[in-house]
Amino acid sequence: MQQVFSIPKSMKKGFRYTFCPGCDHGVAIRLVAELLDELNLQDKAICSTSIGCSVFLYDFLDVDCVEAPHGRACASATGVKRARPDKFVFTYQGDGDFASIGLAESMHTALRGECVSAVCINNTTYGMTGGQLGPTTIMGQVTTTSPYGRNKEYYGYPIRIAEQIALCDGTAYSARVALDTIPHINQAKQALKKAFEVQLQGLGFGFVEILSSCPTNWHMTPQEAHIRVKEEMMPVFPLGVYKDVTTEKGE
Amino acid sequence: MTDSNEKVLIKGNYAIAQAAINAGCQCYFGYPITPQTEIGEYLSAQMPKLGRGYVCAESEIAAINMVVGAVSTGVRAMTSSSSLAVALMQEALSYAASDELPVVLVNVMRAGPGLGYIYPAQGDYNQSVTGGGNGDYKIIVLAPSTVQECIDYTYRAFYLAQKYRNPVILLADGLLGQMMEPACFGKDPYPEVDVSSWALTGAKGRESRAIYSLGTDEKKQVQHIYNLFKKFEVIAENETSYEEFETEDADIILTAFGSMTRNIKAAMKVLRNKGIKAGCFRPITLSPFPYKRISELAAKGKDFAVVEMNMGQMFKDVKYAIDGKSRVGLINRPVGEWLSVEEIVEAVEKIMEKSYATSIQYS
Amino acid sequence: MGKIVIDSNRCKSCYLCVSTCPKGLIKKSSKTNRLGDYLVEFDDKNNECIGCAMCAKRCPDMAITEVYR
Repeated sequence: MQQVFSIPKSMKKGFRYTFCPGCDHGVAIRLVAELLDELNLQDKAICSTSIGCSVFLYDFLDVDCVEAPHGRACASATGVKRARPDKFVFTYQGDGDFASIGLAESMHTALRGECVSAVCINNTTYGMTGGQLGPTTIMGQVTTTSPYGRNKEYYGYPIRIAEQIALCDGTAYSARVALDTIPHINQAKQALKKAFEVQLQGLGFGFVEILSSCPTNWHMTPQEAHIRVKEEMMPVFPLGVYKDVTTEKGE
Repeated sequence: MTDSNEKVLIKGNYAIAQAAINAGCQCYFGYPITPQTEIGEYLSAQMPKLGRGYVCAESEIAAINMVVGAVSTGVRAMTSSSSLAVALMQEALSYAASDELPVVLVNVMRAGPGLGYIYPAQGDYNQSVTGGGNGDYKIIVLAPSTVQECIDYTYRAFYLAQKYRNPVILLADGLLGQMMEPACFGKDPYPEVDVSSWALTGAKGRESRAIYSLGTDEKKQVQHIYNLFKKFEVIAENETSYEEFETEDADIILTAFGSMTRNIKAAMKVLRNKGIKAGCFRPITLSPFPYKRISELAAKGKDFAVVEMNMGQMFKDVKYAIDGKSRVGLINRPVGEWLSVEEIVEAVEKIMEKSYATSIQYS
Repeated sequence: MGKIVIDSNRCKSCYLCVSTCPKGLIKKSSKTNRLGDYLVEFDDKNNECIGCAMCAKRCPDMAITEVYR
């Protein structure tokens, strides 16, 4: 028999995720690790890590990591890339980190067309602090700081990150994927691969927004949470490739 | 010219920028703010020619975090800013101190609080020395008083930052930044620092490295903070620097930092001509502060008058160093026109008359 | 014909693998983890596993460490 699945070698030996049961972070990190293996990037990768549930990334991924303050991962990644243009530089952030406190840094990194790759986990809430309203919380969603549901009067509207990043001229690739089904997981990996490759080709900013579940803070089973990703999140955050300079004519 | 022993007439801000280039600064990240904008302007012209990194950052917060990213890879990098915008950088400085990253930050001070204005001041002594960020940490702070020192201390800032893996602030002020003086660049006199044991360069042929300040393990975090402070004791032992003039026979020692040093030196001469035995003391490193030397001088019965453009920020440190062994007065104006030599002389006479009972504050 | 290896130390009993296996070969077991949650076990008496690795791709904790086909 042939081995068709093994733990990526870019994962730390003996790692054990500290995420809640059923959390999709684990899948997203595995996809990143598999691509670091497949594209042979582990020994030239430098990750700018973030704050939130993703904070422990350096305990899982076996690559050089520098911790950025909350929201500043793209700024820190910019610094790394400008200092070491030959390295593979990426961030792994939550939606609060990337699109709320760090929106300015994220968007300007895209606008500058920095050759870095950014991964943003969208789970419509602040997971680490216990499920508060975040930039991606959808209308009507109940969180600990929107106990009557998100309404426009008090909270305004959620941000569609992949679409916004696609509008930036420096962006080479921007896509939204999900992890609710196996086909979607496979697609997510292809999108991440593309976001990594545009960096390697020097084309600009590569970005993937990943719709993920947060069973704990959604008060759901992991199975129910994946149904919510499909039924409640996808209508608001449609999956798709919003920009890809490698397939655009004239690019 | 900018790397020889020839004297050039140059503005403080340009001097700092060119000295950074000479010191091997590979990346500059900045956001404009008066009175330091010329640093970024100068480097925007020079860095591309040298094939080095330059980013017009979207904010001061982004700028300093870009420095954090760049220096984590072992290269030299810096940002520059002024007072209220340096306030925005305090979070990253706290991280960098805990992460032991050699961040270099130039602060060309202006007036506060809040937006204040672009006239000069020295109100960032506390922000720099005690740290404006959260938690226990220490920053090395160098305060130049001439354009020549802007050059010399820029070299030293990059060296100390890497040598001790600690953030360094070069604390200049609007006066220095905007002033032209003859100065000589020479060569960066400091040796190269080996960063290979910790710099992030990709985990090729070695284990991966992570630089972070998250301290989930209480015991480790306690030890980490003790280690940071032990390191700073070594820095204090090796690097504390100051200048003193005619303190030997002095009855009163005028004390100032940064460009106010120029005025107390002149005031000292006037006072001496009037028969008052005045001396001068000037900390070069505001952090580590020369507590020991001030304490020694106080123990010899020498009184102090602290002259500064703030509400008595360094005064507190001098008072702490003196610890009741002698008397200390404060001569200050919070912001604006630098205290003149005449004002200082007059105030010293008043202070001596009034037995140091009150501070002399100018409006 | 296929085979999977489960690392019980990594399993957090989310049971996503149970609902993912197209042949229904992964089941709750009677063994528990440290928290008292029932772990999963691979039960393939009739050699039905085709080694599709969907369980491993689904498992958020990489508790399914190896898949063979």
